[in-house]
Amino acid sequence: MHGLINRSIEAFIAYTYGPETWAGIASAAELPATGFEPLQSYEDTVTARVLAAAADALQREQAAILEDAGHYLVTNPGLPAPRRLLRFGGDTFADFLHSLEDLHDRARLALPDLDLPRIEVTEDVPGRFTLRHAWAAGLGPMITGALRAMADDYGALALIEPGRGRRDDGQETISVRLLESDFAQGRDFSLGRLAP
Amino acid sequence: MRGLAIGPRAADALMPMHLWAASSGRIRGVGPALQKLTPGLPMAGESFADLFRLRRPKGAKGPADLAARGPVKVALTLVSSGQPLKGISVPVPGGGVLLNLSLGIGVVAGAGRYGLTARDFAPNDPTVEMLYLVEAQEAVLAESRRLNRRLEEARTDAEARAVRDALTGLGNRRALDAGLGGLTGPGAAPPFGLMHIDLDRFKEVNDTLGHAAGDTVLRHVAHVLREVTRADDLIARVGGDEFVVVVRDCDDIALLEEIAARINARLADPVRFHGRPCRVSASIGLTLSSQYDPPVAAEMLKNADAALYDCKRRGRACHSLWQPGAPDAAGGTETAAV
Repeated sequence: MHGLINRSIEAFIAYTYGPETWAGIASAAELPATGFEPLQSYEDTVTARVLAAAADALQREQAAILEDAGHYLVTNPGLPAPRRLLRFGGDTFADFLHSLEDLHDRARLALPDLDLPRIEVTEDVPGRFTLRHAWAAGLGPMITGALRAMADDYGALALIEPGRGRRDDGQETISVRLLESDFAQGRDFSLGRLAP
Repeated sequence: MRGLAIGPRAADALMPMHLWAASSGRIRGVGPALQKLTPGLPMAGESFADLFRLRRPKGAKGPADLAARGPVKVALTLVSSGQPLKGISVPVPGGGVLLNLSLGIGVVAGAGRYGLTARDFAPNDPTVEMLYLVEAQEAVLAESRRLNRRLEEARTDAEARAVRDALTGLGNRRALDAGLGGLTGPGAAPPFGLMHIDLDRFKEVNDTLGHAAGDTVLRHVAHVLREVTRADDLIARVGGDEFVVVVRDCDDIALLEEIAARINARLADPVRFHGRPCRVSASIGLTLSSQYDPPVAAEMLKNADAALYDCKRRGRACHSLWQPGAPDAAGGTETAAV
């Protein structure tokens, strides 16, 4: 798994539970003392060790931790890039959902070895979306968390629920019911960062 | 010949940055994105010449002139903000021109300056993708810079941790502290002699012949120190032109003084740098661990330093053994205030 993903899990845990908690998890997962390097790739087993150690230390389900990490990735003001880059996907939450089909390729343009999920988006009836992906086993909840944060960012009211488990072909689903596009005031987004 | 006719809404959707001007020079319509460039001043109805300066084609006078040229590339400047624009101009039926404009590469700064959103670009226009890439690249670059900084810190840290002086290959302050710590710690260690060496006139060599000459001298001195000592003695460079030698298993003033004298004898034969002699000598302060009970590294170093300054006062190129009760480096007298 790419260092950027591992690093965001690390950043989320250190930010939410404190650096000492993270240090304990890192040591239980036998990570190098310097932590994850965002521009390096790591074996998937390393990520699995971290998640197992985190679940143990925090007494929480791995899925719950990952979902919060996905939410943190989009909402943390100290880390504006992920949220902004996702907002380039479109003007409305519905546009954004459709743009997720490009997520994998867009990320590759920026970082050729970054393996974000390939997501297939279908709008079965207006406002009801199904997202299918076969991302690295177990990391799916991170997408769910990020989607919920993005719905807030757009000011949309949406029910976002992961489907039940992983199918035999490795695919996971997330269903999105967009109830209201303009439920709340979304956060501003201008294409340029120097917008007044 | 019947052509394609499109209405203003279609024009806005297809070309959010278009401008339609009559032959008279009056602006008749403006795309919503272009209008964002002059907030508070609707362009429609204004005179083209008041708002824009045509830079290309060379010598083009205004809309009527552009219309006469057929489809042509244009470059212009928005007078109010100095914003450069580029695009294409085509004549339209009934006189006048339609300009489809773009900020060009200036869109990277312009998007923020004018608060542009994805709606300000036609969906088939990859500008938004380009802006996305620019921002993604910046984020990656920033991460890469952070990585460089971490590596640089790690390197500096590793250097500090290392015990070798890079120039001379001698031990450094860290190596000296570790070596002395082993000899002065608790438990009965064999006696040893300590020499604190400071080069005389080293600064002159540096100032007159340059730092490369100074480096040559320092390497030469390191060579001399290795030659006049035994393999298991500890030699460290502890400052620019300061060295400390720990002579192991030594409780013999005569031996220590003999080594010191040999150092100056060897340095009397100057090393050459590009054929020019670099003359330095050494002032050497000496002390023996047997002068202390128990020996304390910091105290011994301080006293050897005091003896060294005694040499400097006496006229350099000599050595001096620290005597209990002798004046210290500051020129005062050591008083036993314990």
